[in-house]
Amino acid sequence: MRQIDPDVVAAYPITPQTEIVEKFAEYVAEGLVNTEFICVESEHSAISACCGSSAAGARTMTATSSQGLALMHEMLYITAANRLPIVMINVNRALSAPLNIHNDQSDTFGSRDAGWIQLYCESVQEVYDTTIQGIRIAEHPEVQLPVMVCLDGFILSHSMERLELLSDTEVKDFIGEFRPRTNLLDLTKPITLGAAAMPEYYFEHRYAQSYALDRALEKVAAVDQEFGTKFGRGYGIVEAYRIDDAEVAVITLGSLAGTTRFVVDRLREEGIRAGSLKIKLFRPFPVEAVAAALKNVKAAAVLEKAISPGAPGPALFSDVLGALYHQGVKASLISYVAGLGGRDVPPKSITRIYNHLQQIAETGRIDRILNYLDLRGWQ
Amino acid sequence: MATLKELSTREAKITGGTRTCAGCAAPIIVRQVLLAAPHCPVIVNATGCLYITTAIIPYSSWRIPYYHSAFENAAAVASGVEGAIRALKRKGRLADQEISLIAVGGDGGTYDIGLQAISGMLERGHRCLYICYDNGAYMNTGIQRSGSTPFGAWTTTSHVGEAQKGKQQHQKDMIRIAAAHGAYAANASPHRWRDLMRKVEKALNHQGPSFINIQSPCPRGWRYPASETIEIARLATEACVFPLYEVEEQGEKWTVNYIPKNKLPVTEYLKPQGRFEHFFRPGNEHLIEELQAETDRRWNRLLKLAGKS
Ligand SMILES: Cc1ncc(C[n+]2csc(CCOP(=O)(O)OP(=O)(O)O)c2C)c(N)n1
Ligand code: SF4
Repeated sequence: MRQIDPDVVAAYPITPQTEIVEKFAEYVAEGLVNTEFICVESEHSAISACCGSSAAGARTMTATSSQGLALMHEMLYITAANRLPIVMINVNRALSAPLNIHNDQSDTFGSRDAGWIQLYCESVQEVYDTTIQGIRIAEHPEVQLPVMVCLDGFILSHSMERLELLSDTEVKDFIGEFRPRTNLLDLTKPITLGAAAMPEYYFEHRYAQSYALDRALEKVAAVDQEFGTKFGRGYGIVEAYRIDDAEVAVITLGSLAGTTRFVVDRLREEGIRAGSLKIKLFRPFPVEAVAAALKNVKAAAVLEKAISPGAPGPALFSDVLGALYHQGVKASLISYVAGLGGRDVPPKSITRIYNHLQQIAETGRIDRILNYLDLRGWQ
Repeated sequence: MATLKELSTREAKITGGTRTCAGCAAPIIVRQVLLAAPHCPVIVNATGCLYITTAIIPYSSWRIPYYHSAFENAAAVASGVEGAIRALKRKGRLADQEISLIAVGGDGGTYDIGLQAISGMLERGHRCLYICYDNGAYMNTGIQRSGSTPFGAWTTTSHVGEAQKGKQQHQKDMIRIAAAHGAYAANASPHRWRDLMRKVEKALNHQGPSFINIQSPCPRGWRYPASETIEIARLATEACVFPLYEVEEQGEKWTVNYIPKNKLPVTEYLKPQGRFEHFFRPGNEHLIEELQAETDRRWNRLLKLAGKS
């Protein structure tokens, strides 16, 4: 954020996002950024102020987590529908109750229909690179949508990891100048933004927004590719690992992807044909890429740190299932809920998922679709 | 301040033909405010009657930049716009001209759901004028009570029946709340347009945040004929139900802008309005007494604060 040097940042502190706000405030105090930093009185006001500043033609960023994101919920829809290219970093944290400050992804999954682009990061390096890419994606003339950069609370936000920084000029050149499409402060061309729509118009407006989000998929991929070519680090919208000849695979996102790859390597040493798929871009959902990666797999599990009470399965599971069905892929798919509220998801637990998948692959029979990893007093 | 003749040559920045009810004070107020704005105005509006009657796709009544995003956040959105103005001017991406940044909300969006955002905006010192057009209820959603609904008034959530006679509480004192933040705070009435416009001009030339509460009679919710709007506003100031005053110098300097020669009893103000009809039914005299007593208490306190008693 220091290198991006946004015009306006409006934010409110919440663990584990606090470090971001504090560090940024330090940069402001030291004069290392030329940003107007608005320390608002709530997250609802943070995102509201961001909407005001973005509409007024300022490059705008914020950061939040969990309860803060939930408090923004109303405004998340408005941000996207008003086509305001704000970049928000969300440090994934469990939602109350019971209160818990540790990691899971229920918070950002809860905003999946708000119309934001959602990108999940696996490492600190990826968070850094994705945030820079996020500016380019959000402000792309054919995108003009807000971007959420998601990272796992504490696991990534409070860990020590080696990070390769670009130079300030490299970042500046990559993101370029902000050229807003709508500008409230263009006094010569006054606009009315955020008008009401009767049934005659509402549907088409929402479709146009949805259309733009769908089209954003290729732009996300293109920006990542350009970043990769320039700086040697690209991630793709999905990242398949040893999946081409895999019989069993685990699909996941965020920091779990790394642990899963570690397990895959160990299983491969034992001669088990395991693979994994990391989904980086969750909204818009990469239906084709997900189905293509899983087309030869016999059994797969979606491993996610979220719970969707009352739903046929948590959000990512439902989406992957939909993608497979949509593309006519016949892999047997099960769900694993894991790591809620910061519970550790160690390699040995993920190994058990692969064992379960092997059973399914062998027998061709799914014993249980919804599974809860390391839940005490169950199974 | 400009003369009436000068004002008549200024372009109205809100068009005629808004979709408000006939006799609605809100567009009158907005026109007066915009005429008084010393610099190019930019409007941030909260959800409510004003929004829903002036910005419906594919039409807009606004000839100036206008942004609506939600009900409770006009002050927060305006804070962001002001942040953008500062940043962009500093970075040379916005011409160095003055802008009259105005946030507008109804009393629901101001006294109730928007209070926190307003407090934040005032406390942080954004250069923005927040205007409340105060019609004393949530009119847009069908006349429900708000923190600004007067004591005893009928609304669709403060009914008049055997067990309860209209709203049970007195109004929240929004101006004192704003003044407590150290902001320029005032109220105004569309019937005293000169006073209103002077205050708007003062607020917008003021370097910090400001708050003006403007009484906005609503023929639909207050139950009176559409032609009576300005007369009702007049009666409110004459009866000191809505006295005109301003607070400056960090809440230290109180000025009463209008002291009626013959202060009218509240009944003069209540009588023409259907929402107070039950005040005049036998057995309900205590409603009048209580409202009169509270009106007098607030008026006397005001005189004292202004050093007039
Ligand atoms: C969060 C939220 N709650 C409720 C509403 C419904 N709502 C829209 S306008 C309104 C009342 C507006 O009242 P007020 O601010 O007094 O303005 P008026 O309509 O009287 O002009 C309400 C309750 C909403 N839009 N958003
Ligand atoms: S209901 Fe009242 S405030 Fe709303 S438009 Fe009609 S007169 Fe105006």
